[in-house]
Amino acid sequence: MKAGSESFDVVVVGAGVCGANIARRLSQYELDVALVEKEADVSFGVSKANSGIVHGGFHHDRKYLKSRLEVQGAMLFDRLRAELDFPFVRCGILVAAMHEDEMRSVEQLYMRGVDNGAIGIEMCSRERMLELEPKLSPDVVGGLHAPGGGIVEPYRFVFSLVESAQKNGVRLMTGWKLARGQWRGDRWELGSEDGRSLRARWVVNAAGLYADEVSRLLGGEDFAVHGRKGEYYLLDRMTKSRPGKVVFPVPTSLSKGMLIVPTVEGTVLLGPTATSVEDKEDFSTTRDQLDTVLNSARNLIPGISESDVITSFAGIRSFIEEDFYIEVSKRAPGLVQVAGIQSPGLTASPAIGEYVKELLKKAGLRLVEKPGYDPFVPKLPRAKDLGPFELDELVARNPAYGEMVCRCERVTEAEIVEAVRRGHRTLDGVKYFTRAQMGRCQGGFCTYKIIKIIMRETGMGYDEVTKRGPGSRVLKGEL
Amino acid sequence: MRELRYDAVVVGGGAAGMAAALALDSRGKSCAVVDREPSLGGILLQCVHNGFGLIEFDEELTGPEFAERFAARLADSRIATFLGATVLEIAEEGEEKLVFCVSPSLGGLRIRARAVVLAMGCRERNRGNIRIPGTRPAGVYTAGLAQRLVNIEGYVPGKDVVVVGSGDIGLIMARRMSWIGCKVHAAVEILPYPSGLARNIVQCLRDFSIPLYLSHLTTSVYGRDRVEGVEVAPIEDGALQPEKSFRIPCDTVLLSVGLVPENELSKGAGIELNPTTGGPIVDSTLMTSRGGIFACGNVLHVHDLVDYVAEEARRAGLFAADWLEGRRPRKELRVKVGPNLRYVAPGKVDPSRENKLYMRTMIVKNEALFEARLDNAVVKSVKKAHIQPSEMLSLSLGPAELERARPDSMLELSIQ
Repeated sequence: MKAGSESFDVVVVGAGVCGANIARRLSQYELDVALVEKEADVSFGVSKANSGIVHGGFHHDRKYLKSRLEVQGAMLFDRLRAELDFPFVRCGILVAAMHEDEMRSVEQLYMRGVDNGAIGIEMCSRERMLELEPKLSPDVVGGLHAPGGGIVEPYRFVFSLVESAQKNGVRLMTGWKLARGQWRGDRWELGSEDGRSLRARWVVNAAGLYADEVSRLLGGEDFAVHGRKGEYYLLDRMTKSRPGKVVFPVPTSLSKGMLIVPTVEGTVLLGPTATSVEDKEDFSTTRDQLDTVLNSARNLIPGISESDVITSFAGIRSFIEEDFYIEVSKRAPGLVQVAGIQSPGLTASPAIGEYVKELLKKAGLRLVEKPGYDPFVPKLPRAKDLGPFELDELVARNPAYGEMVCRCERVTEAEIVEAVRRGHRTLDGVKYFTRAQMGRCQGGFCTYKIIKIIMRETGMGYDEVTKRGPGSRVLKGEL
Repeated sequence: MRELRYDAVVVGGGAAGMAAALALDSRGKSCAVVDREPSLGGILLQCVHNGFGLIEFDEELTGPEFAERFAARLADSRIATFLGATVLEIAEEGEEKLVFCVSPSLGGLRIRARAVVLAMGCRERNRGNIRIPGTRPAGVYTAGLAQRLVNIEGYVPGKDVVVVGSGDIGLIMARRMSWIGCKVHAAVEILPYPSGLARNIVQCLRDFSIPLYLSHLTTSVYGRDRVEGVEVAPIEDGALQPEKSFRIPCDTVLLSVGLVPENELSKGAGIELNPTTGGPIVDSTLMTSRGGIFACGNVLHVHDLVDYVAEEARRAGLFAADWLEGRRPRKELRVKVGPNLRYVAPGKVDPSRENKLYMRTMIVKNEALFEARLDNAVVKSVKKAHIQPSEMLSLSLGPAELERARPDSMLELSIQ
């Protein structure tokens, strides 16, 4: 062990939505907490590419931990939104039945929702469905309405959580991939792939798709995390087929099906498919799967057009078996496993933070509230949300708000600079923080401007600018 | 917020915007040009190759030279220019248009005018628009972005290049990348004929021995963090042949798969668009469905030569001046898009004066006959040695052809 390696009460491995919630929850107490992430930025794994849904509490039986945490987690989002600055709206969720025989499943979902305590859940006739969502196919026969369901921008949620955690003392280390760990009787000695080391009394394994490898490295339980790939299409905000609510088909035993999500930021997301993958780094999309996405979406809302597609992408959901695996390890000392966080993981994540805090407390971690804890992060003005008069006032204070870098999503230089200063130094990091490059031109007009801002703000050379970390260099030479 | 008042506002300071503004100025109208970039010229500034100005100036210029000639005229005129200023919204208040802009130096700015000329140009279609599946690594650029990086910023986006599509910018960039020492492995075009101008196929591909795969679909991009190649499959008799697919290794993909008029502002202003061109529906005076708002250049329909853009924009500026003087056509005839044509712009003619119409065909043909019929009687016919979708066609029709037109007459253009 190198002298001077830093010592922490808790090291959380993995800065996805679970790790971020856990770290933030622990930042309320007099603890030294580190959050380590193998990627170049937080939320670059499972948390960046998913449907962004706060579920309505009707999909799963309460015998599952995931179902109980879903319901608790969903309730916490309003407070979190007030404290943190991230896009979240309870727009409501519909499940649309297209055949009479699907209404039986809808009835089951309804009963389950009632059982889970989902607020305001209702069974709907065809007329009620079309009244709630006039863009639905006229072939709809009925369905379910869960008004408490909502939509969230998942990466922005993670960014805000991590920012809040950092503000309250959590140390974030990116590009920190766990390579070794040894229990020294009273604490862990952890080493990263690039030779950095840490000491920790507790390790929380929130490593998503790689939680199995982390567990193995630390001598914990032997389990396998599998990947299930989901492909998505994103539609331009100008589409005429944007619904007001999230629209689900009637689920099958395997998945909740392919949905239509009006994202908080105004675009429309279609998907996901569900394919088991061996390679957890296989984020490729295929024509067949994407065609399925489009056809399935058109079945629910016939007006959806491929000419509105601005991009496609794939995410990989992790799963072990039916349920989440959140326990104090029985094999390795000082280890908490937070693994197999499949859907509804995003919805459940705030409750997972709470649950893990309780597990640590029961296992003997002393929790003393920090008097200076501040749950709020300052709200960053976004040009997109402002009228001309408000923007005028803002430019008077900071002229960079007058420089429109991304025309499609209306993102100014001031917002890009803020993203870089907050540590988002890759093109994807800037994209997820600001939305620049996320619109209809997909960076065709603004990428070079963002590259120049990143270089200016960080002092990086052109050959250090990447799309999402090592290996994804953007420029290959200078003239 | 500052407020200014002019007779007309021109949105966009590229070739179209400058030409329209100069026309308004020549008629004594006060006029402002607003552009988001720090200098006038638009995309011309990154087009450092030559081939511009053969019609407009009767000589061959580079893009920046072409832009400079117009910019110099603006500098000598009474036209006000607002650079680095982004137009956020066009609204109407009674007879007046309100153009809201923002810029770092001026903050919010509200310009009042009785006429607006839209000249925002177009944007490139991207990977998502044509839905190429595969991974999402670094190294996929639209050709125009690569052009900007190389010609203005001075960076090389990649060394081993495949061009997807065969639009003009892609062809020009194939040559440009070859010149800076990169290897361009192929251009892959889904159609059986190139999308770019014939002269660019010769000068940019053939002269550099770059293979052009016609009737080939780019089925996938692969590579995890950086592009490692593309997968391509031939299309035979209209059917994709996946079993004949092959891979072309590369570290960079340049997309040149078409241009789309950039009409988000127009939509916001409630202007009706033509689904075929993606540009506003305009009358014989290039006026949109909103009275007093005109459109010209690539925001109206995508042109292949800047010379045509300037010509069309000049007319838009003059028509806007007419509007300001209260002059409107007495009679207009609707133009019907007949066989083998994709669109005609504008969609109406004024039988009392000369009308310049631009159009694109849907077919490739030698010895084609281009016809205008008024109530089924041929009033003009022109022989064309060769036509193809990538080369825009134009036709002038005036009182000589249209004098017999009745109010309910039908004018149809077609290719036989």
